[in-house]
Amino acid sequence: MSDKFISIEGIAKRYPGAGGATTTVFENLWLSMARGEFACVIGHSGCGKTTVLNILAGLDAPSEGAVIVDGQAIYGTSLDRAVIFQSHALLPWRTVLGNVAYAVSSKWRSWDRAKVKAHAQTFIDLVGLSGSEHKRPSELSGGMKQRVGIARALSITPKMMLMDEPFSALDALTRGTLQDEVRRICLETGQTAFMITHDVDEAIYLADKIFLMTNGPGAVLAEVVENPLPRDRGRTDLHRHPLYYALRNHIVDFLVTRSKTFATETPGHDPRNVPLVHIGKPGLTIATGGDEQRLAWTAGTSPGLTA
Amino acid sequence: MTSSLRLRAGLVSIVLLAAFLGIWHLATRSAGTAATMSPEYAKLMGLTATQGKSAMPGPLDVGVKLWEHLRRPFYDNGPNDKGLGIQLAYSIARVGTGYLLAVLVAIPLGFLIGMSPLLSKALDPFIQVLKPISPLAWMPLALYTIKDSSISAIFVIFICSIWPMLLNTVFGVASVRKEWINVARTLEVGTVRRAFTVILPAAAPTILTGMRISIGIAWLVIVAAEMLVGGTGIGYFVWNEWNNLSITNVIIAILLIGIVGMLLDQILARFTRMVTFPE
Ligand SMILES: Nc1ncnc2c1ncn2[C@@H]1O[C@H](COP(=O)(O)OP(=O)(O)O)[C@@H](O)[C@H]1O
Ligand SMILES: [Mg+2]
Repeated sequence: MSDKFISIEGIAKRYPGAGGATTTVFENLWLSMARGEFACVIGHSGCGKTTVLNILAGLDAPSEGAVIVDGQAIYGTSLDRAVIFQSHALLPWRTVLGNVAYAVSSKWRSWDRAKVKAHAQTFIDLVGLSGSEHKRPSELSGGMKQRVGIARALSITPKMMLMDEPFSALDALTRGTLQDEVRRICLETGQTAFMITHDVDEAIYLADKIFLMTNGPGAVLAEVVENPLPRDRGRTDLHRHPLYYALRNHIVDFLVTRSKTFATETPGHDPRNVPLVHIGKPGLTIATGGDEQRLAWTAGTSPGLTA
Repeated sequence: MTSSLRLRAGLVSIVLLAAFLGIWHLATRSAGTAATMSPEYAKLMGLTATQGKSAMPGPLDVGVKLWEHLRRPFYDNGPNDKGLGIQLAYSIARVGTGYLLAVLVAIPLGFLIGMSPLLSKALDPFIQVLKPISPLAWMPLALYTIKDSSISAIFVIFICSIWPMLLNTVFGVASVRKEWINVARTLEVGTVRRAFTVILPAAAPTILTGMRISIGIAWLVIVAAEMLVGGTGIGYFVWNEWNNLSITNVIIAILLIGIVGMLLDQILARFTRMVTFPE
């Protein structure tokens, strides 16, 4: 895909460490996404996923490099980029309606109360919270709170959604339903979505592209895995797809072993030309027990900037 | 279960009160030494000794006197003889004025300091030095510069109630959850709107806790301040009745000071609950 809706160009994040030294969380990170694409980032804790997301959101500034969204470098936050926070971040003194309406009235400042309310209500209905409009966050279950977070993010009709482990605190059942809903809504509204997750199956179900990050400090984007599963996949029969296990194994292998050893084993890794991995035929994938040959992958197709 | 606990606690409270009143009554009833006293000595000692009665009033004396006061709380027979209601009203008015002025200064200032790390650092040494000064130490300076005793008392209330509110506002504002601030930032909410829609509600419980501490201190200080400046107020009343050697009235005043202080505290506690939302 040549349309680069989002392009992260050589960003770095450094913090002053102990004794005047600087800690580099990551540097020279390149990454791009097409419009309407759903991307998941997978990597171990502390590798800098949240930092990347915060930079994309404009909540944090990179120490180096730039982020281009829709052809323009971003400075600071924008109503075009909605964030769904891991801890839902609802304002506890506002009701469900109040929380969503706060976002709506922030985007459309001239709207009157009735219009704001009606618009907010549409999105509360969309996430299936009709009837709970007047409850406060403390009266909601974890899943309902996250639904409010989703409704709030969607209500401002953003160009993209940024989600930082949005479902990690939920039980499996609730997580499943919310995944379905997020997938449905993103497909319907053509959202571009960037989601951090720890859950491999969640990434396989939701993502078009999966970004694999190595361990920090000095984390790199190791691979971009293209999801071979059809767009109309269902959550419950994911595992029946012939390429499911190949894909899953590839990601799990990365998390278990390669995320630690990647830097030493791949000295020629070019951060601007991160290998784009296509998961091959199932026979080929499962037959060989080796580490490197397990997958048919084509390197060199860069998701980053090709000048 | 909780209701039965409350019932039992109430019963114990009543028993304790009864025991206290009983011991008080017995201790002040009679010394019983009058009979063995020589007449000259008795003359020297005055009425209380000769009649075997203690100088300390008993609970019944206090009760009778209290009833008198409660029946006529607002009489005014000149500067040295006013109803307790009037005296309390003076004190409450002074506390209210000084306290409200402190609210008007402390909360906006605390907001500024809490939102600006620069101001916070720059003003910190001043606050640290001013905070531990006993409010009464300001009294001579206030009397000298303001020249009006009543306004000086208000100033003392102002100065003593400002610190807890200021410090709590600074703390509350500076420690608003980062995520809530981020919500406002991602929604491109401006600074002023953010202050009112996110920071104020988030910091409100902490601010009100500071206000509650302040009203408690203000009520403690007004009694002492009024003893110094004289004229009117419950503090002056206590001092005046001490000069009249009316221990009964002193005890009644102590009781009322406690009750009013408790009511003020309860009002602020209720406000605190109103702005506190569990997450
Ligand atoms: N304010 C900070 N000062 C120093 N180090 C930080 C700061 N914020 C984050 N880090 C470091 O940056 C790294 C990446 O953090 P984060 O993006 O939250 O990781 P992830 O979301 O992948 O778990 C961590 O190792 C963390 O210790
Ligand atoms: Mg994180």
